[in-house]
Amino acid sequence: MIMPRVTAVLTAIVIALPAWAIDIQEVTSPGGIDAWLVADDTIPFVALEVWFRGGTSVDPDGARGAVNLMTGLLEEGAGDLDAQGFAAATENLAANFGFAAYRDSVGISALMLTENRDTAVDLLRSALIAPRFDDTALERVRGQVLAGIEGDAQDPDAIASASFNAMAYGDHPYATSGDGTQESVTALTRDDMTAAHGAVFSRDNVVVAAAGDITAEELGLLVDRLLGDLPAGAAPLPGPAPYLLAGGTTVVDFPTPQSSVLFGHRGLERDDPDFFAAFVLNQILGGGGFRSRLMQEVRVDRGLTYGIYSYLALSDYAPMWMGQFSSSNDLVAEAVAVTQAEWADVAQNGVTDEELDAAIRYMTGAYPLRFDGNDTIANILAAMQADDMPVSYVEDRNAFITAVTQDDIRRIATRLLDPDALHFVVVGQPDGLMTGN
Amino acid sequence: MLRRAIVCLALMSAPMAVSAAGDVTEFQLDNGMDVVVIEDHRSPAVVHMVWYRVGAADEPAGHSGIAHFLEHLMFKGTDDLGDGEFSDIVEANGGSDNAFTSWDYTGYFQRVAADRLGLMMEMEADRMRDLIITEDQVRTERSVILEERAQRLDTSPGGLFNEQMRAALFMNHPYDTTIIGWRHEMEQLSLQDARAFYDLYYAPNNAILIVAGDVQPDEVRALAQEHYGPLAPSEGIVTRERPAEPPHTTDRRVVFTDARVANPYVSRMVLAPAREPGDQAGAAALMLLAQILGGSNVTAVLSRQLQVEEGRSLFAGAFYNDTSYDPDSFTLINMPVPGVSLAEAEADLDRVIATFLETGIDPAQFDRVKFQLAAAQIYAQDDVQGLAREYGVALTSGLSVADVQAWPDIIAATTIEDVMTAARRVLVDTPSVTGYLSQPAEIAAVVEADAPIADATTPEEATQ
Repeated sequence: MIMPRVTAVLTAIVIALPAWAIDIQEVTSPGGIDAWLVADDTIPFVALEVWFRGGTSVDPDGARGAVNLMTGLLEEGAGDLDAQGFAAATENLAANFGFAAYRDSVGISALMLTENRDTAVDLLRSALIAPRFDDTALERVRGQVLAGIEGDAQDPDAIASASFNAMAYGDHPYATSGDGTQESVTALTRDDMTAAHGAVFSRDNVVVAAAGDITAEELGLLVDRLLGDLPAGAAPLPGPAPYLLAGGTTVVDFPTPQSSVLFGHRGLERDDPDFFAAFVLNQILGGGGFRSRLMQEVRVDRGLTYGIYSYLALSDYAPMWMGQFSSSNDLVAEAVAVTQAEWADVAQNGVTDEELDAAIRYMTGAYPLRFDGNDTIANILAAMQADDMPVSYVEDRNAFITAVTQDDIRRIATRLLDPDALHFVVVGQPDGLMTGN
Repeated sequence: MLRRAIVCLALMSAPMAVSAAGDVTEFQLDNGMDVVVIEDHRSPAVVHMVWYRVGAADEPAGHSGIAHFLEHLMFKGTDDLGDGEFSDIVEANGGSDNAFTSWDYTGYFQRVAADRLGLMMEMEADRMRDLIITEDQVRTERSVILEERAQRLDTSPGGLFNEQMRAALFMNHPYDTTIIGWRHEMEQLSLQDARAFYDLYYAPNNAILIVAGDVQPDEVRALAQEHYGPLAPSEGIVTRERPAEPPHTTDRRVVFTDARVANPYVSRMVLAPAREPGDQAGAAALMLLAQILGGSNVTAVLSRQLQVEEGRSLFAGAFYNDTSYDPDSFTLINMPVPGVSLAEAEADLDRVIATFLETGIDPAQFDRVKFQLAAAQIYAQDDVQGLAREYGVALTSGLSVADVQAWPDIIAATTIEDVMTAARRVLVDTPSVTGYLSQPAEIAAVVEADAPIADATTPEEATQ
């Protein structure tokens, strides 16, 4: 019998957890650029995250996909190095550079060894400041992007996402894929690359985070070296997206034995006073793990899916409450019905005290465990800055979670959870589901 | 200056890997359970893993998928814990848990605050011997694994193609069967199948405990003695002997078509040896070969020639599985640009490989690859869960902790000649399976008619 001891440990944890702290330094470079740092010299490398607000949503009119293609070309030749020269130089330093374009930001990630960090920073700087956009590289990467677009057209998850976005967001950039279309990407020119580069990279829309073997002083110099020559004045950011999708179901016919389902309705902004109540409620409803309502009802009790999740999608211009799963064509109608029923049940009846306690215990216990490596810490620090959160958030966050009460949960459930507003996009050949409201 | 850096790092990488973060301690409990402790004191977390030396390649014939199905059922209940309570308790302690199955191993892990380690051991030891499963749970969970198969394989042409490639490559060894199982056999998996597999293989003398994070070895030893020590070993555990492959004497071909294929490609697989206890040099040469041929999207032999210089490929690369219990595979892949047929892509692959075998390896590229592999040892210390997993895979593949720790030095000592010898072995001397993944011919014809650069009479059609 191990239960009594298990219970004893469960009771003890509330006392055990708060003894945790992480030292985040706010650094301002000599040139006036802010950066956050967690210094730790255990392993001789630094993880650096440099994020530029805007992302693919600042694509110029008629040049959809320009920011994405431009980002893909940063490592394909810079300064006096062509694509092969740049790659060989990076390999000589054993540096890892990553360049990625998202809806709301373009992110640059770097892992650099302490022993050659200055050289690595110079190389990264050349990619950022002086990319060549050579014709041969442009054509090669364009081909890769076009192949990716072809792939998405055959991928049920990607089709579901594209269909939802197209119906939901009107004329806003969120309505279309940041990768662009076959037509728009085929038409992109070197001038479009230069324009996209100018639109994205500026010293006044950047957040910088570092973790690992570097001091605050060294980071300040690094940041000035890397970003000091960027111009001020990024492209204007798009405004809020409209949300045009009423409740209902859209079936997209696709020949596959298992349907992909994406569903959602409006959510809330991160600075909403009830954000933490919604955050905790989502954990209970469909946040990761096996204990959530949706996982329990749809997977564990009925075997209708391998996994089902809900999440607060906190994108900058269309905060949403979304969810997703896949179910075989003969099971998906039941899975949709069970999902709607759970959504309705929580909207009407809220959650139990036990569910609320368990969610708070999980979320507060798991939070410190996230800060477990230079790479992950640098990412967390960059995300916090991108969300305009203060350094003190890491200390206060668990208190915000613990403060969520049943009253808060009922209020946010009544306000936001609306089974009639949920729209399900089903990609496949589902039995017993048709497009309709 | 660069050369000096390379020498420094090659010399320093091994000691750094075991001293900075990642001190490794190993011992064995009296009941035969192996224990490995990897220290990382940077954060107050710990990863607790139990690996069983059993996987899909150990399943009884006709019951494919039972190793993975049992892995799912292990979350149901025991004599002490109700259905799902294991994960509930982990979550209530701020932890996360999951499990994974491969051909050679089945692993269970939790990631929690370090002071919860004893509780995790208590629960994991409990379900090692006291699992209770019901017919209802088996029926529902079987539906879940069928949904998992649909999600991982049946909705993915690439996944289904790879399943067929392995079935063709392995003519006798159970690596021919997909880990999750063939659908028709999964549908028949029973409580008795799961129970028999569990009773035979889940025992301390068939398990490896790996604890990684903010812990001291002595503390782990005491907790392991307390929780796992009392478990009785199983009499039925014997050294694994799977049916061996006969010599591969002829090249074979697989043509797989699916309407959902967006980017057709050609794949070539050959049987290849893996790291052996005390004998890892051959595998090190093959691992370096895969890096030289396909380790970079720009500077590797295949990508440089076919993607960058000729613009005939969207992707060209090489893959090698260096760690497995029995010999596994070495794979070349070439995904041509639209307008280049798969037969032409295969010819491109042959041509670049032939040139490579003639001209050999550029020493500058060889130095870069080795320097990157040495640096990877440093970056790997940032992810203690990844390190734990590396040890788990190695130990369930028959390697020792000493083998794992010797691996970087063996890579560093490998010469260009060693790599070329390995290259001739897998690229010339071993018959291969070549596979085409494409859309059905009639759809391919329509697509090609729309593409101005397509050749209407491609050799690809002749091979079908």
